[in-house]
Amino acid sequence: MAHEETVYEALDHASGGEGHWAFGTGFDEPLAGVDTTVPDGVDPVDLGTYCLMLGDDALVLAQRLTQWVTAAPELEEEVAIANVALDLLGQARLLLARAGSVGVLGRSRSRATASIPDEDALAYFREPDEFRSTALVAAPNGDFARTMARLLVAATIRLAVFARLRESRDSVLAAIAAKGVNELTYHRDHAGRWLLRLGDGTAESHRRAQDGVDTVWPLLADVFTPTDVETRLTAAGVAVDPATVRAEVQAVLGEVLGRATLRLPDWPADTAPRGRAGEHGPELGDLLADLQGLARQHPAATW
Amino acid sequence: MAETVTDPELPTLTLADLGVLRDVRIERGTVVVEITPTYTGCPAMGVMRADLLHALHSAGHRDVEVRTVLAPAWTTDWITVTGRRKLAEGGIAPPGPAPDRPEGPIPLRLGSTRRTAACPLCGSPDTVEISEFGATACKALRRCRACLEPFEHVKEI
Repeated sequence: MAHEETVYEALDHASGGEGHWAFGTGFDEPLAGVDTTVPDGVDPVDLGTYCLMLGDDALVLAQRLTQWVTAAPELEEEVAIANVALDLLGQARLLLARAGSVGVLGRSRSRATASIPDEDALAYFREPDEFRSTALVAAPNGDFARTMARLLVAATIRLAVFARLRESRDSVLAAIAAKGVNELTYHRDHAGRWLLRLGDGTAESHRRAQDGVDTVWPLLADVFTPTDVETRLTAAGVAVDPATVRAEVQAVLGEVLGRATLRLPDWPADTAPRGRAGEHGPELGDLLADLQGLARQHPAATW
Repeated sequence: MAETVTDPELPTLTLADLGVLRDVRIERGTVVVEITPTYTGCPAMGVMRADLLHALHSAGHRDVEVRTVLAPAWTTDWITVTGRRKLAEGGIAPPGPAPDRPEGPIPLRLGSTRRTAACPLCGSPDTVEISEFGATACKALRRCRACLEPFEHVKEI
């Protein structure tokens, strides 16, 4: 084959030189060729809504982590944070595409032009009340110690859920989970090592790590409470009831904090699901304004 | 033809060397190519897909379909012997065996990683990890204590 001057020119060949929607990857159909049949006895709306829950958590946390780019304490750490965010963005993309494949698009499809793929329509053209992410991932980063405390908690919960989700009756979810487990193991252990280094470091790093943990812990009030969608899908063998990962998550977090010489805060009392039900604080709206603003101003832009 | 297409970020390796190219077959006159992403967020997937279409179209195959396969998940164990040799020749340490994948909870690893890699430049086994995350999702960053050069290492997954 005649090789292209740059690898990116290849993208143009494939599309006849038409350019690509500027806010996506130019790579349509992340699920091209994947069997997206809904398992027997499963409500497609439930399945799509569950994919939004898992996908929105990844999308929102990826966006938060990306805010560290150009501001991380050292270059290697900046690259690490960007890598973690990229893994999460990849998970979000597949999960939002899975939601789109079963027709769960909310009000996004009426706002996004037809050329915009489902997963991008869901990411850029939903309002905050249509997002199903938890408050844990939407909370502002704070300092580096708090960012790592939140990443540790979020990755620990997600890894525990994904490890079980590998057995899902939905083959798409099972495949996304199996890949995600390999990635999330790196994320959790990376954040855990930082907590050790900070907690068992200087007086100042210990103080910041403890402050980070103390700020993140109250955000756990609704993460172990299943929504009705999760309860129904768990019974159908498709989803993981978050209540079933509580013991494992608490054991992992207790071990990290103990070795980091940090005090384990009291676990907050369980509340009804908030973020999963579309109830969010203003911080999610601020984050989405950043994430969505450009795509909305130039909805059909290509490059 | 599909086997000659190279990876956009590791241009000395073909997609076959990397274990990304899973299958090529003809279904009712259409060439069907199956590829699997290394990492879920791998931004090179679009380029790989476009390169495959371009190569096969240029070779005279009009009907080509590139399909994504998600399961089983890609592992560095699928990088071929040739692929490993090419990585080392390009100054990138090839991966060791992928970690076990337990069915239950994933064990926590808080100590320094047990990964090792010989320096691809001078061959010394005395190397240290600088970061588990490198310039692309699939690589970690190491430094050789003998020749002091930094190098990349395809991390086991």
